[in-house]
Amino acid sequence: MTQTHAAAEAVVRMEWARLVATLARYTGDVGLGEELAQDAVVAALEQWPDSGVPASPGAWLTTVAKRRAIDLFRRNRELERKYAQIGRDAATAGPFDQAAGDDIDDDMLRLIFTACHPVLTVPARVALTLRLLGGLTTAEIARAYLVPEPTIAQRIVRAKKTLGQAHVPFETPDGQQRPARLSSVLEVIYLIFNEGYSATAGDDWTRPDLCHEAVRLGRLLAQLAPAEPEVHGLAALMEIQASRLPARTGPSGAPVLLLDQDRARWDRLLIHRGLAALARAEQLGGAHGPYALQAAIAACHARAFRPEDTDWARITQLYGVLAGVQPSPVVELNRAVALSMAYGPQAGLDLVDQLVTEPSLRNYHLLASVRGDLLMKLGRPAEAQAEFERAAGLTRNGPERELTALRAQQARRARTAG
Amino acid sequence: MRYLCYTLADPTIPIPPPTPELMATMGAFMEEATKAGVLLSAGAAGPLDEATKVRYRDGEFTVLDGPFTEAKELVGGWALMEYRDKAEAIEWTKRFMAIAGEGEVTIRPV
Repeated sequence: MTQTHAAAEAVVRMEWARLVATLARYTGDVGLGEELAQDAVVAALEQWPDSGVPASPGAWLTTVAKRRAIDLFRRNRELERKYAQIGRDAATAGPFDQAAGDDIDDDMLRLIFTACHPVLTVPARVALTLRLLGGLTTAEIARAYLVPEPTIAQRIVRAKKTLGQAHVPFETPDGQQRPARLSSVLEVIYLIFNEGYSATAGDDWTRPDLCHEAVRLGRLLAQLAPAEPEVHGLAALMEIQASRLPARTGPSGAPVLLLDQDRARWDRLLIHRGLAALARAEQLGGAHGPYALQAAIAACHARAFRPEDTDWARITQLYGVLAGVQPSPVVELNRAVALSMAYGPQAGLDLVDQLVTEPSLRNYHLLASVRGDLLMKLGRPAEAQAEFERAAGLTRNGPERELTALRAQQARRARTAG
Repeated sequence: MRYLCYTLADPTIPIPPPTPELMATMGAFMEEATKAGVLLSAGAAGPLDEATKVRYRDGEFTVLDGPFTEAKELVGGWALMEYRDKAEAIEWTKRFMAIAGEGEVTIRPV
């Protein structure tokens, strides 16, 4: 690719989300807004490599898209009402390139809320958020999620159609609706992060690009909705977890578990940012939000320079609070691990054994590997081996399966040695 | 990818103090970069006569205080940025320089 083409592509990507947001507001339709944005991008990628990137590329793209919108509305009688609306807006709103900064922030926030609207399935929300806010192509999303490109393309087309059919307004919810809608936004961003952090399938243990994408979205949201404590809680959680990315994978791509990581490789700058975001969440009165609590737990690890410095009693307590505000078997499983670290493996196993009958954890590989780990520590290698083998059979992630299989072998050896 | 971006300038050539307009435009730019999630940390190096060099050679430490008249190219402003790739790094840098004015910015992956 030539340098001019790479430059045009980079600029287009930088402008993309704001372009879509602006057009979605002007047309009142996210799907249409995205299509118009895409048309403008095609024109830019054709023209900019020869003509050079214009001085105000955002205004250029918006103007081109707006012209296409007007052409389209002229041709399409069904959309005449919207055309009239646009005409009125255009007459009163002034030129596009004079749009004030605050307006675009509002539009970006509307775009996030719409892309994460509960009328959509969760995978559709994820795909739409990556496409519209992250500016990823369908091919890039498909690669990140290891699914065929047509699957993602279809998912996005269907999502846009659903939003249109449900007449989802392009707006930021307020009042009673807002907490639930915001929690959907946070969930989508954290799902993207987690898919990168602990890839559910495939040959890589982590896919850092997805993590970075989610962290960027989190930072954006923290700027757009600064009064929401949980927004900072999520940003804190992701920054601190991302700080461990360089240490989570060994030279051959094998996973390195938290307590075995070389903490010198943790990214101090991200830890610092994460702790600052956590402080922000707490200042806003959000210390007991689920994301802030998880960030506080991550912060306990981040503050410990050596594994043995970890304040496990505090982590146990934080998991206890988290289990109160957001009861979940996975939280209980994590609490069991913390309990075992603070008060010995038997304390952890007692709680884990209560979770074995939990239907939602029946095929959860981490339950089996945690149980295996605790049984090993308690000198019960035969049972540990069975658990590790079970865990290896349950995970779809290659490197994780190898790690678990290795631990099963170690258990077998310990068994025959004992 | 993380990049260290810094300006290099000759310390003997004085830089005029920024106008209020420039400061406002630069403030808006920094806000935009923060919002985009690309700006991690930024700052400017203080005057060279306040600089100190610590040398370690043959088991001996030497502490040298400025000014260091021999220096012709010095780090002025610096920023730690997180970009998807080099093309994005270049485009953001162009935007910064269009505001900051003529000069040279070095972009190094870190």
